Amino acid sequence: MRCCGARWVLVALAAATLVLMVRLGAQEGRPTAEDPRVSLKAGFRDAGVAARNLELVATLPKPEGFFDPSAPAGSVVPPERLPRPGADPNEPEPAPPVPQPQPAGGGLNFGNSDLAFGDQYVFVGNFHGFTIYDVENPRRPRLVASVVCPGGQGDVSVSGNLLFMSVEQTRGRVDCGTQGVRGPVSAERFRGVRIFDIRDLNRPRQIAAVQTCRGSHTHTLVTKPGDTENLYVYASGTAAVRSEKELEGCSGGDPRQNPDTALFSIDVIQVPLASPQTATIVNRPRIFADPATGNIAGLWRGGGHGPGTQSSRATTQCHDITVFPEIGLAAGACAGNGILLDISDPANPVRLDQVVDPGFAYWHSATFNQDGTKVLFTDEWGGGTRPRCRATDPPTWGANAIFEIIDRRLRLGGYYKLPAVQTAQENCVAHNGSIIPVPGRDIMVQGWYQGGISVFDFTDPTAPFEIAYFDRGPIDPTNLITGGHWSVYWYNGHIYGTEIARGVDVLRLTPSEHLSQHEIDAAMQVRTADFNAQQQSKVVWPGTSAVARAYVDQLVRTNGIQEDRVRAIRPALDRADRVRARERGAAAVAAGLQALAKQVTADAEPAPLREATRLWSLAAALENRAASLR
Amino acid sequence: MHRIVALLMVVVAAASCRSAAGGSGPAIVQPGAPGEPARVIAADRAADLSGVTHSAADVRFMQGMIHHHAQALDMVGLLDTRTASEAMRALGRRIELSQRDEIAFMRQWLQARGEDAPDEHAHHLPGAPLMPGMLSPQEMDRLAAATGVEFDRLFLDFMIGHHDGAIAMVDDLLASPGAAQESEIFAFTSDVVADQRAEMERMAAMLAMLEELHK
Repeated sequence: MRCCGARWVLVALAAATLVLMVRLGAQEGRPTAEDPRVSLKAGFRDAGVAARNLELVATLPKPEGFFDPSAPAGSVVPPERLPRPGADPNEPEPAPPVPQPQPAGGGLNFGNSDLAFGDQYVFVGNFHGFTIYDVENPRRPRLVASVVCPGGQGDVSVSGNLLFMSVEQTRGRVDCGTQGVRGPVSAERFRGVRIFDIRDLNRPRQIAAVQTCRGSHTHTLVTKPGDTENLYVYASGTAAVRSEKELEGCSGGDPRQNPDTALFSIDVIQVPLASPQTATIVNRPRIFADPATGNIAGLWRGGGHGPGTQSSRATTQCHDITVFPEIGLAAGACAGNGILLDISDPANPVRLDQVVDPGFAYWHSATFNQDGTKVLFTDEWGGGTRPRCRATDPPTWGANAIFEIIDRRLRLGGYYKLPAVQTAQENCVAHNGSIIPVPGRDIMVQGWYQGGISVFDFTDPTAPFEIAYFDRGPIDPTNLITGGHWSVYWYNGHIYGTEIARGVDVLRLTPSEHLSQHEIDAAMQVRTADFNAQQQSKVVWPGTSAVARAYVDQLVRTNGIQEDRVRAIRPALDRADRVRARERGAAAVAAGLQALAKQVTADAEPAPLREATRLWSLAAALENRAASLR
Repeated sequence: MHRIVALLMVVVAAASCRSAAGGSGPAIVQPGAPGEPARVIAADRAADLSGVTHSAADVRFMQGMIHHHAQALDMVGLLDTRTASEAMRALGRRIELSQRDEIAFMRQWLQARGEDAPDEHAHHLPGAPLMPGMLSPQEMDRLAAATGVEFDRLFLDFMIGHHDGAIAMVDDLLASPGAAQESEIFAFTSDVVADQRAEMERMAAMLAMLEELHK
């Protein structure tokens, strides 16, 4: 049982809104030499900061027990040696400077990773376990508990009273011990998906530990509409297959020699909600199979796509899968391919389409837009520990690729990459993000490791543009120390980011010519009880004035609405905000809004499709606002 | 409006599902095995990773892999003067990039831990170990003496075996007690295997095409 029912819970907030002058803005956020993110001062705790239309409201270092006291910032990563696409690889490159030897430190052993949300709590995954913060007041997060249970990467998801965590490393132990596992084959080792009971947040209890052959690098919670008794987990393993002496049925290798290889599949775990401790693997579907030949290694075989192209990993695994159960689809970022899956039967996903990209090294993660008509894939070129946002790195490598979903197939629109150049001391590439629920637009916030945070619009998949950013200088002035924002997600009005080395950041959006206060207000009125970024659902906005005002602002921005209509709608919404439902005068205000809705619907008749759609949305928002007064 | 009110009640119900006692300050807790209770532990114990520091097997693996990868660079160095195929040269460039990147990582990993970090020429020194898949001096001479299609065929054959050796080295490492417990080296083993596999697949296809063309 999900503890808490509806996933998206709407709360109509008092819409304290200002009428904001919105003007058509120049395309700010395009790369410029004067971008304040370029050449920020380095430092672990005192790095220079550049921010635009994003305000940092709280930042917390990692708690005690989650860093190496002898090297709190982590350890050094080797200098960059490669690849400079376009450069002649035969031409000798200057030898990189040898970094100063430093203590090995914790490095990724204590790295913060993915995060999940439930009620007023944020669950921060870490290679070493997870931490829980109370963010009832997002400006003053309070540490509730830090939970030691190592094994990396520690990606977490939350559903009701259950927390799920991915473990892939050979040091992972069934008993959450920190001492590692010495034996190459050991009953003490744990690699797979842990399940914790989090009813008592001060003392989370491990209730199940589902072992898998390759461990779990990431996982995704999947629901089946109508099935309230089960939850499913898609576990993706990317590391070595363990010996069958350690876990029965595990063997690796080439499928031509070993048709039972644990490569070329994902693990589907079924979790009966009445007895989650009995969770077990129910399928290892061959989602990369060639339907014509039955060859389970049916997708990208690894290598380049021709002269001047990226070398893409072979598709032996998915790195991450994002599901959208209401529309029955999942998007898999699967090493050498982006794939689309039909998940109407979650235990038996069926591949619908697959794409490759000549600039993608490693298909890493996926995010649907709000209505599931687009999907954005990321490329983690360099694995996340390398600097891939230098001036010499191509804008379509290590970037996002945005696809439209047409007839359940993927069609490429365009690319988005962090538009500010970063140094060779900053690991930087596209990484994890989530949708900001602004009605009528596709807006995403995303972490770029030490490239910082970027908020961008991809409503037009061929022309994405940046709206806001937050960036710190490198951790160290001369060495690359792995750090930066791993995951950055919107949750109930604020933006939360995990910083691998520095801790957790909480930010809020501020209005600009690209995003009005009304649009932000409308997004903030969408509330949810749990949130896992890889488990998406449709957003329904409340019948508030802010939602209608957001559409008006958007139409004004594109000259899609008559001025006199705007002059009528805005005061009508003001009037609506001054009366209470069913109070004297409310019926007249509601009737006025309905009349405006009719006019707007008529305006949509001759308008081009994009404006017409927005006008219909505005009309619906006005109708909803009127309905809320009755 | 009724719907909103009803849903608000759900939020209240949701909040009551989980509890977090305030007061004594946040604790560091360590859960037990499934079914076991969690217990409070001290910060110094929580951060004690002395059991998962790098092992002698890890160091031998990294040092050996530098020798191994360095020979791949020597092999690629022969391509310029011995092959007639642009596809072979492109393959060589990709191999060079990935092997150099991994050598840089391994050298830094060793240096940061105060261990000897061989450079990419050290495998020419007498007594340097011959790691799995590496060519013997005689095989290297044979490759250097070949040209044209004969060279291409031999190069692909040797390089597939060479890459397979790297995968065998990872298997050996993971089969060694106390090995690959640290996060960086563990992640590196996955990368090495994935990179070699992808290139081997490519080379196997090129070799098959070559055999087909020159039956």
